[in-house]
Amino acid sequence: MGIVSVRNLKKEYGDFTAVDGISFDIEQGEIFGFLGPNGAGKTTTINMLIGLCRPTAGTIFIDGIDSIKDIKKAQSIMGVVADESNLYDEMDGYDNLCFCASLYGMRKAEREKRAKELLEWFGLKNAGRRPFRAYSKGMRRKLTIAAGIIHKPKILFLDEPTTGIDVESARQIRSLILDLKRQGTTVFLTTHYIEDAQRICDRIAFIVNGKIVKSGTVEELMENAEKEHIIKLTLNDNANGIKAELQRHFPTIRIEAEEGNTCFISSPERIALSPLLQYLDKKGISVFEAKEMRPTLEDVFVKVTGIEVNKLHKEKEGGKK
Amino acid sequence: MNSWIAFWNILKKDIRNYYLKPPNISWGIIFPLSWTLMQLIGTPQAGLDSIRGLLPGLMGMSILFGTTSMLAVTITFERRGRSFERLLIAPISMTTMVLAKISGAIIFGVSIAFSPLLFAAFLTELSGINWGVAIISILLMAVTSTLLGFAIAVSSKEVFEAQTYSNFFRFPMLFLSGLFLPIEKLPVFLRPVSYCLPLTYGVDMLNGAIMHTGYMNVWLSLTVLIGFGVLLFYFCQWNIKRKWIL
Ligand SMILES: Nc1ncnc2c1ncn2[C@@H]1O[C@H](COP(=O)(O)OP(=O)(O)OP(=O)(O)O)[C@@H](O)[C@H]1O
Ligand SMILES: [Mg+2]
Repeated sequence: MGIVSVRNLKKEYGDFTAVDGISFDIEQGEIFGFLGPNGAGKTTTINMLIGLCRPTAGTIFIDGIDSIKDIKKAQSIMGVVADESNLYDEMDGYDNLCFCASLYGMRKAEREKRAKELLEWFGLKNAGRRPFRAYSKGMRRKLTIAAGIIHKPKILFLDEPTTGIDVESARQIRSLILDLKRQGTTVFLTTHYIEDAQRICDRIAFIVNGKIVKSGTVEELMENAEKEHIIKLTLNDNANGIKAELQRHFPTIRIEAEEGNTCFISSPERIALSPLLQYLDKKGISVFEAKEMRPTLEDVFVKVTGIEVNKLHKEKEGGKK
Repeated sequence: MNSWIAFWNILKKDIRNYYLKPPNISWGIIFPLSWTLMQLIGTPQAGLDSIRGLLPGLMGMSILFGTTSMLAVTITFERRGRSFERLLIAPISMTTMVLAKISGAIIFGVSIAFSPLLFAAFLTELSGINWGVAIISILLMAVTSTLLGFAIAVSSKEVFEAQTYSNFFRFPMLFLSGLFLPIEKLPVFLRPVSYCLPLTYGVDMLNGAIMHTGYMNVWLSLTVLIGFGVLLFYFCQWNIKRKWIL
């Protein structure tokens, strides 16, 4: 049993099922990621784990504590970063951190030392005396994360840590999360950025419509996909015109044409290119480029969930207030 | 010990952040103060004793408006910015959390309650007040009004909404709790309502302490007020669990 152990967890709102009987374990010291589109049930799952939402059915054990029965005990070892940066607008960064520490019973001297340490570590030292309402989005995110770890929680829940902030801040936050892992913190995060998941998570679960459709380490998830060999060809002519004929001629490989002059050929075996090139040459079509494509986690995600990845981001950023 | 640190810091934060927020200034300070001044100055000079007679009502009114508006501000601002969730996920009991949240409003209400006394001290003689009973009744009125405000705040999303809902209760209570009109002068069918309002008992106690014209037995009022307090305290906790932990 992991430090977090969830079995058949379910949440219904009226007759709508937001989380539909999921089970998973998080091992001590690992970074576990939930990857899924809007409305998949990621936030609902986190809320059930941290005690902001009552499960309809199922069990949750956190560090051996039955957290449905004894949530207050479990909460003392958790840190939580909500999907919105929810600190106090009226207070400055330093006071915000000290206040959050006090909620976990930390003493004054200890609070102040830790708050200074974190402001420094997050690069917010100069903003420490500015009110939270004057912070930029990225600064707000960082301070909210700092507030979530001020009491050195054993396990940290991060709901979309990098959504809506610039590339550089997102990179900093990823490296902060990896630092935390090095210090022994267990991390559960949700995201819809595949790169985020791939770069920092030890294990990932794909969640769609309240169900975990696939989970494992990045290598495990990629295992089947890597058996496929894909080559991208760039032609001097419209690829669609030649597609049907090509497919007839080479039935063992799969051929997909994109708009314009590119097409993808794929096969479970390694693909011998020369017959193909000769054939195309005979047809008067030149091949400018042939490039082997390594399948990405993104491809796996699309295949498993049937969700187009770029659509996933756009909806989210447009949809957020 | 740990709970005490959390309690104290929540209280300190609320006092610092919200006592001087505009919605609290208008409904919790300006409104009761101007009402008080209007009544005190409007009273004919002939009856200085009647100034003293106004005090229990004015103090009750100040407590009612002071506590409920402060409470509405501390809850709804934090609900809207979602920082309230921090209190729900902190390892402190619901009891500690509710106590911390209401304390700021209670202290505020009690302080505002002394403003009519302060003004009256310039205008008339204030000897012969039973301070023990007065202070206990002020405190209990503040506690019950705060909890009533809490119950309203749990049901509203926005600050202005909470202030508006509060007014639905506050203004009728001004007239139904015997603050300015003795209950015997109310139409018969309204009197049962009066006896369902905690403020009625608090003001009656205060009348006893200041004017020695208490209508009900002090012990009865005391018991009823404590009863209201305990009931509302548990109702609030139950309501938070029901409404805010989905
Ligand atoms: N209080 C609620 N009442 C009714 N339905 C709800 C409630 N909270 C969430 N839902 C529904 O549950 C589903 C899952 O929501 P959830 O917030 O967990 O999604 P998510 O995976 O976090 O999505 P996002 O990426 O947009 O944050 C959604 O369809 C949502 O509409
Ligand atoms: Mg979410």
